[in-house]
Amino acid sequence: MTLDSIGRGKRAEIISIDWDALAPDEGKRLRALGIDEGARIAIAHKGVLGSSDPIAVMVGRMTIAIRKVHAAAMQVEAI
Amino acid sequence: MNVTRRVALVGNPNAGKSALFNALTGARQKIANYPGVTVERKAGKLALPGAGTVELIDLPGSYSFDTTSPDEEVTRKVVMGEFEGEARPDVMVVVLDAANLEQHLVFAQEVIELGLPVVAALNMVDLAERDGLKLDPAALSSALGVPVVSTVAVRRKGLDDLIAAIADAEHSAETMKDAEPRPHITLPERRLTARNIAKAAILSESTERRMHTGLDKFLLHPWIGPPILFALLFVIFQAVFAWADPFIGLIEGAGEAANDWVVAAMPEGFVRDLITEGLLAGVGSVIVFLPQIIILFAFILLMESTGYMARAAFVMDRLMASVGLSGRSFIPLLSSFACAIPGIMATRSIADPKDRLTTILIAPLMTCSARLPVYAVIIAAVIPATTVGPGIGLQGLVLFALYVAGIVGAMIVALVLRRTVTAGAASGFIMELPRYQLPRLKDLLIGLWQRAWVFLRRAGTIIFAATVVLWLLLTFPKAGEGESQLDASYAGQISAAVHPAFEPIGFNQEMTLALVPAMAAREVAVASLATTYAVDSDDEAETEEALRGQIAARWSLPTALAFLAWFVFAPQCISTIAVARRETNGWKWPVVMLTYLFALAYIFAGATYWLSVWLGL
Repeated sequence: MTLDSIGRGKRAEIISIDWDALAPDEGKRLRALGIDEGARIAIAHKGVLGSSDPIAVMVGRMTIAIRKVHAAAMQVEAI
Repeated sequence: MNVTRRVALVGNPNAGKSALFNALTGARQKIANYPGVTVERKAGKLALPGAGTVELIDLPGSYSFDTTSPDEEVTRKVVMGEFEGEARPDVMVVVLDAANLEQHLVFAQEVIELGLPVVAALNMVDLAERDGLKLDPAALSSALGVPVVSTVAVRRKGLDDLIAAIADAEHSAETMKDAEPRPHITLPERRLTARNIAKAAILSESTERRMHTGLDKFLLHPWIGPPILFALLFVIFQAVFAWADPFIGLIEGAGEAANDWVVAAMPEGFVRDLITEGLLAGVGSVIVFLPQIIILFAFILLMESTGYMARAAFVMDRLMASVGLSGRSFIPLLSSFACAIPGIMATRSIADPKDRLTTILIAPLMTCSARLPVYAVIIAAVIPATTVGPGIGLQGLVLFALYVAGIVGAMIVALVLRRTVTAGAASGFIMELPRYQLPRLKDLLIGLWQRAWVFLRRAGTIIFAATVVLWLLLTFPKAGEGESQLDASYAGQISAAVHPAFEPIGFNQEMTLALVPAMAAREVAVASLATTYAVDSDDEAETEEALRGQIAARWSLPTALAFLAWFVFAPQCISTIAVARRETNGWKWPVVMLTYLFALAYIFAGATYWLSVWLGL
């Protein structure tokens, strides 16, 4: 299951990330923000005006906006 | 020893670094660009008790020394001592958000590993307590191996302790021979350590936290969020145009008074004309926009300091993505409605170079306040003041259409650019949404003052030089008997030479002539037309009224519409081009910008002219 398939308000743990699917700098930026393998996250907000992009993810005490393409590269497990 | 000691503030974005910097240095800050890059260098003086004065540098916020943006790269280079012309800091103050230690301690470890003297400022402890978090600075200090001081920058709490700690560290820096780096560890290790240290430093944690999730429920709501943003934008534009009026009047009054004073004080002649017609008229034409820019920036700074700006970027991201940009471009483009110059400077926060370049190239298409005088005069002259629906005037509708034409044009251009010259690496959107905070008046005022000053200094010098040159071109050579000064002048000769190119798109000779001095600033076109029609009046309102009549009598509707279409696109602003050159480090992109904008202006003015002739308007 990938992160983009998780609904608003749901929690999950990141099992693996397909780093090759992300631009190198974006991978770095995500890791620097704590979005990495093993991180526990929650979907806070999803999409604007009917689209499913962007996504606001809660990691620890931070809320981080990412795009659906980033979320699709992350394998997660519901917790 | 007489060498200035340097103390650098580092930390994650949103750690409250700038507020701490403002609190420590007050308004006496020096802002400059690091040579070769377009990242602002903010520095100020900090007096240490009994240890003299040090220079305090506010480095751009960073998540890591493994950098991903031009901002972060500057921080890394300065801290490593690799930045040419910039001495390595003697002491580092790492600023931590008390409510988000787990994240901020990751970068703090990287900083401490460098082996330089470090002081940690545990900032925003009040917000942490509001979130139900009680922390133990002593535990944190022993875990990190550096002194830790609790601060609340915006309330000036803990500042004396912090300054004392900096003085101690600064003293130890003098005795320390060589910075000895501690062993490097990997990011996952750092993250684990950060989590453990944060956990150990928390005395108590209650669950009543995150008041901001309540606000986000509305502001980031997929259907309620966008209308709230658009309503806010509507209020901002109303304010920019309505609230600025009295101040614009004041500035114009002051300009006229200065003009009268010079006229009275100096003998008639070249120097007096240069001062009144060149300096006062030229510089005045820029300063007049200051109120609108300050009002717009007040809103932008408020949106930034409260944390709403990141939400606005979130809400706009989907729309911007449809033309290959991201929500990050929204902020610079919003600024460009006041003036493209600060807008282009605001693109610095965009990490992706191609994203940033695209934003710079389309920024001049946002209808800036300098176009307004041109639009206002011509619309009033040729568009009848009738209504086309309940409460909808035709003149207002045309003005609105001109704004929309600029926005739609920008979107189409962005789409084309992202597929051609700036193609590559699909721009992503990864952005921290900071916690909501109440803005502080002092930080707001310092920010406004800095932006106003940068605008005045840059635009003022360029505009000043340009208007003087144009004034000289309009004044020389002197016309003979019975000859019009405008026709005889170099400017007149230039316009006569280029006029054949503008005839096919419906422009008359006076319009072509107006375009020449309007290269300095768009609104100069109005003054130039007024001069051309020999409307001699000191009173500005009267000039406008008379000019309106002249245009109404002499211009056909297609010609006037073509002129309006021209101004939607034409890059008639030397300052914008100069800033674009500076921000892109070369002439290549400004030339691309000039070429495509003039081409669009020509095509659309021509199309407008021939379409309206064909429609029999």
